[in-house]
Amino acid sequence: MSILLSKDTTFIVQGITGREAVNLTRECLDYGSKIVGGVTPGRKGREVHGVPVFDTVVQAVEHHGGPIDGAVVTVPPAFTKDAVFEAILGGIKLIVVVTERIPRGDVAQMVELADMNGARIIGPNCLGLIVPGVCKMGGIGGPAKDAAKAYAPGPVGVMSRSGGMTTEISSSLTQAGLGVSTAVSIGGDAIIGSTYAELMPLFEADEQTKAIVIYTEPGGRMEAQLSEWVAANDSRLPIVAFMAGKFMDDEEMKGMSFGHAGTIVEGVEDTATEKIARLEAAGIRVVERIDEIPTVVKEKLGVLA
Amino acid sequence: MRFFEYEARKIVELAGIPVTKYGFCTTPEEARAAAEEIGGPVVIKSQVLTGGRMKAGGVKFADTPDEAAEHAAAILELEINGHMPRGVLVDPKAEVKQEYYAGVVWDGTAKRPLMLFSDMGGIDIEEVARTHPDHVGRGHVSNLFPIPDFEAKQTIAATGVTGSQLNRATPVLARLARLFRENDMTLAEINPLAELTDGSFVALDAHMEMEEEAVGRQKKLLRVELGIAEDDTREPYEHSAFEEHVAAIDAADHRGVIQGKDHGFTGNLGLVIGAGGGSLTLTDAVRSQGGKPANYSEIGGNPSVAKACGLAKEVLEKDGVEKIAVMMSIVSNTRVDIVARGVIKACLELGKDPGETIAIFRIPGAWEDEGFRILERYGVEYCDRSVSMWEAAGRAVAKIQGTPEGAAA
Repeated sequence: MSILLSKDTTFIVQGITGREAVNLTRECLDYGSKIVGGVTPGRKGREVHGVPVFDTVVQAVEHHGGPIDGAVVTVPPAFTKDAVFEAILGGIKLIVVVTERIPRGDVAQMVELADMNGARIIGPNCLGLIVPGVCKMGGIGGPAKDAAKAYAPGPVGVMSRSGGMTTEISSSLTQAGLGVSTAVSIGGDAIIGSTYAELMPLFEADEQTKAIVIYTEPGGRMEAQLSEWVAANDSRLPIVAFMAGKFMDDEEMKGMSFGHAGTIVEGVEDTATEKIARLEAAGIRVVERIDEIPTVVKEKLGVLA
Repeated sequence: MRFFEYEARKIVELAGIPVTKYGFCTTPEEARAAAEEIGGPVVIKSQVLTGGRMKAGGVKFADTPDEAAEHAAAILELEINGHMPRGVLVDPKAEVKQEYYAGVVWDGTAKRPLMLFSDMGGIDIEEVARTHPDHVGRGHVSNLFPIPDFEAKQTIAATGVTGSQLNRATPVLARLARLFRENDMTLAEINPLAELTDGSFVALDAHMEMEEEAVGRQKKLLRVELGIAEDDTREPYEHSAFEEHVAAIDAADHRGVIQGKDHGFTGNLGLVIGAGGGSLTLTDAVRSQGGKPANYSEIGGNPSVAKACGLAKEVLEKDGVEKIAVMMSIVSNTRVDIVARGVIKACLELGKDPGETIAIFRIPGAWEDEGFRILERYGVEYCDRSVSMWEAAGRAVAKIQGTPEGAAA
């Protein structure tokens, strides 16, 4: 089992003829993902690694002969909102938005339209998601052989605001003999389609998942929302959190953003110190060192003597 | 992007919200003329992008145009929190009956703009929310549909405001919410929103911030309506030579991305690190183990040898830098061998021994075998993913401090 993806998941790549999209198409196909089409306006009739390219999402759906499950959107920021709207209204239910530097207003519009149509957005500013050995949707983990090295199947669900750290953490879980059920790069922006708390019910319902690891950063209220979710729901899943960017709490770093757009601290509650306190108050174990994660997960799972 | 008060007033005015007749002035003479035109007592306010104006003496009252000119002259010379004012705002001293608060912010959890209203204006809204929660009304608005007046009305009515005050304040809050959305603001605040003795409502002070990502598509407001120059970016601090050099190297080559910051960093260990989350994690790991970073940096995408070399050179040439640590989280896009070549080249071009200068090289991932072969040849200590980011940072710190490995932890 897994969340969001299965071996039968079909998806398209919007902006498929772009350099980055061509690479991720190759990587996903090599990993065994079912990419059934690509969309780049004006490029109908071409192929990218054997995947047919269309002008519109509707054409891709018609060619497929039935509903398509997902879309990876990798188009420039000014065109992303339109591409996501097209996907949602084309009946697609899982949309991974890779693009970064999209204004919040646009992201909020995408999310609102998705909610109205029963669709889910992952990202923006993310690398997508992966179910080890089953399906990879987006650039997460890189080329298939690299992804295979970092991601082995296992009991840990991973959610991370950093795409690169999703792989770093998953790799450490794999090396420790634990492995990953599903890893989601949720995106580094201030407003994202799916937050930790919004994905928790999916992991909760997934039999394979026995524990959760989250990677978090300063900025935003996503961790507060997770703490509230944990307090309100009697979750069976132990959560281990790692908070990066503690140096941003220093006085001289005020008003600066590091790493991702979403790390901008707009209030006291957004600081690393405050977030760690909240997570811990909700019973979430926050580790100081990144390399403690596998050990603490093992403790939580009772695998250690 | 932050706005000065005189610009925020203009934005509010453009949205159809009443403001008092104000003048933006850059000389005492202009301030005198503005006071004459207004007639009667005025208030002179420093135009700076920082708080605490009142306390610092940046807000003064004047009864005559001469007095206005005198205060303007003083305020124009007054530095507040390290900021010199852009000018002064001359405003009529309003006959205020009551002060309210109207604001719109992003609610990242609801993913919608949130309207805030209070009948206790003039003070910090977070303070009011803490001490008098029943005096703060809240209401979300849609991002897709037109914002109806009644949603603003509900938000205001929740604070107990009724009568003509409710009817006068409603369009103000609704228009504020619309301007927030249309202009890609991250904060739009009128505080105080004043009810004057004649019953009218005016914005006495306004505070606006626009999202950086949207600056490109808000050209009409920024360049035409407000006349803000392209290079007037209003960063919270001035860029250092290091930051400017790194930005120039990045701009010169489209392959990959490098960033460097050294504001607030004064240590001896240069960091050539990446990517976004990796850099945050590694900077913490160095500091937590007693290391003193000389800078922050980010390598992303797939930079050329020249770009990686350029970043490493800039870091190495910073005052006080003795060694560099080259570290990233596992890479799939960035090539390990290219970064390795770049940092070695930087050392050699500066006449330094790579084996001595590079405290540690920890970048696992794409093309790592090739990268490690090159590093080996130059005697650089490297490690793969079996060495954690924490441990790699610890080794670098131990090396620069001359302490046995691990002792610093």
